[in-house]
Amino acid sequence: MALDQIVDGLSEVSCDVLVIGGGTAGPMAALKAKLKNPKANVVLLEKANVKRSGAISMGMDGLNNAVIPGYATPEQYTKEITIANDGIVDQKAVYKYAQNCYKIIEELDSFGIRFLKNENGDYAVKKVHHIGTYVLPMPNGETVKKALYRQLRRARILISNRYMATRLVKSADGRIAGAISVNTRTAEMLVIKAKAVILCMGAAGRLGLPTSGYMFGTYENAANSGDGYAMAYHAGAALANLECFQINPLIKDYNGPACAYVAGPFGAYTANNEGSRFIECDYWSGQMMLEFYNELLSGKGPVFLQLKHLHPDTISEIESTLHKVERPTRGLFQQGRGVDYRSESIEMHISEIGFCSGHSASGVFVDDNARTTVPGLYAAGDMASVPHNYMLGAFTNGSVAGIDAMEFADSHDFAEFDAADVAMERDRVMAPTKREDGIPPNQIEYKTRRLVNDYLQPPKVTRKYELGMRRLAEAREDMQERMIARNAHELLRALEVQSIMDCADMAAHASLYREESRWGLYHWRTDFPEKDNENWFCHTLVSKQDGKMTSEKRAVEPYVVPIADDEKDLYYKQRIRASA
Amino acid sequence: MPLASYQTSVPVVVDDAKCIADKGCTVCVDVCPLDVLRISDMTNKAYMAYDECWYCMPCEADCPTGAVTVNIPYLLR
Repeated sequence: MALDQIVDGLSEVSCDVLVIGGGTAGPMAALKAKLKNPKANVVLLEKANVKRSGAISMGMDGLNNAVIPGYATPEQYTKEITIANDGIVDQKAVYKYAQNCYKIIEELDSFGIRFLKNENGDYAVKKVHHIGTYVLPMPNGETVKKALYRQLRRARILISNRYMATRLVKSADGRIAGAISVNTRTAEMLVIKAKAVILCMGAAGRLGLPTSGYMFGTYENAANSGDGYAMAYHAGAALANLECFQINPLIKDYNGPACAYVAGPFGAYTANNEGSRFIECDYWSGQMMLEFYNELLSGKGPVFLQLKHLHPDTISEIESTLHKVERPTRGLFQQGRGVDYRSESIEMHISEIGFCSGHSASGVFVDDNARTTVPGLYAAGDMASVPHNYMLGAFTNGSVAGIDAMEFADSHDFAEFDAADVAMERDRVMAPTKREDGIPPNQIEYKTRRLVNDYLQPPKVTRKYELGMRRLAEAREDMQERMIARNAHELLRALEVQSIMDCADMAAHASLYREESRWGLYHWRTDFPEKDNENWFCHTLVSKQDGKMTSEKRAVEPYVVPIADDEKDLYYKQRIRASA
Repeated sequence: MPLASYQTSVPVVVDDAKCIADKGCTVCVDVCPLDVLRISDMTNKAYMAYDECWYCMPCEADCPTGAVTVNIPYLLR
């Protein structure tokens, strides 16, 4: 049978804990769940192949948020993340992360992943953030996925590659019962009954359209099409602060990080066309992105990452990291452009919008045990709401999720779901394959994402949003009534477009709900240009209630680490002041 | 509505002389996060079937014979 030919089939399996997504958080969640109860069945479901999937497909150059004794304290880190997110943080989860992440670093070290050490054998942590010191380089960062994969094999985790989860199933009383998935190469459907489910499905990286016009030239791994957000939404889970978009400073056109976290500690900095610094701190925050955006529009752009003032040996060291780990084609790109870091600065631009708690603060709402608002359903990594997660957050919170989910599975039996829900989902999934004539998914995706750029990208204007939502509704109708998929691969893309459309709707809905400006560029509403703590010092939650998209406020939990009044605005003092 | 095919120059290039897909190797097809590589029915060699590339490199890095080259997609170059 040729690959991609559509097979109409449906089978069912069961496991104790189902982990969906085998990138960063997922493998750690699966591993911890299995170690918690070695007799239990743990299935790791992955849309691509666990060996090379997710944001760290080719590794990572370092830990951006390592809280290492002697360099930083959990209290200090919690405070910094709270300030960087304008105070809208449930600190308990951040604090728990900060307390646990050092153990995870030691564990990763035992997996064979090395971290930079100084001559005394201590971790050589660098300062990039505004206040504290948390950046730890990984000299063999390209080996991360391989090291994780070895652990998964050793623990006998059952891995199912090339299955895309499409919907969750629940019991009549609202408990999680499993997931429905489809094989991306045959379109055969697989129902997986599970006592607990952990969503680790990554960012919504294919929401906006990159300025290059190449649909897959996204900042995030383009496989991360926001499926987890859509699945959580349709299962009735709440999603937090989706109006806090992810927008990042990237190498123009290449659309990957330049990367200030790697080069900054060596003395590189972001500069305008006059060669002057204009931001105090290169740490990615909404406030920093607003200054970046303003500089681009002010006539003082383009904006560059400045390296050429550094010693050639230093540049070579930076280069070897940038061109080997995370996005190794950076070197090829610069070579094609004839850019040598020794003589030329790197032209930067801002990315398309997306959802990703890795760098911002939105996602499926979770508490400090990685529990969503649906019993038995967990989320971790870029798609869960713990802010500024990065890779280490995905590992640490994935670990938390794995342990708690196995405890849940050990104390619950399988929940029963309605067979009609599976039949309905099968009809939805297969619908594009049943049409003789229609619009292919790539055109619907392009149009949807182009509308996201035209209408939803900040600055957020109410009138533009209203028009954008009308246009998106028209595209949705086309998607639901006319989209075709002629083989299993095209069906994969057709299903991804449906996730993208759901994310676009949620982005619009959440942005219109919060009637203030917050998080710098991420939620800059021209009709409500000021921060309004009196009415909006709260989370916003999007959820599906009675079939309708609904937003509500949720109070910020009392702080564990108090923030003094004179510390609250530290991240708003980003712009370099002209000195007398 | 009738459909037309849309020509693009694809970023991933496979050297048929080095590719051992005809001997059963499927490494590049297996590891691709976007699942865009296939083995050709005609040549039994790997090729890029869908122009949906994140230029991420696993196909090139993991190929046992060095047959795969990832180029930057033309629109970004």
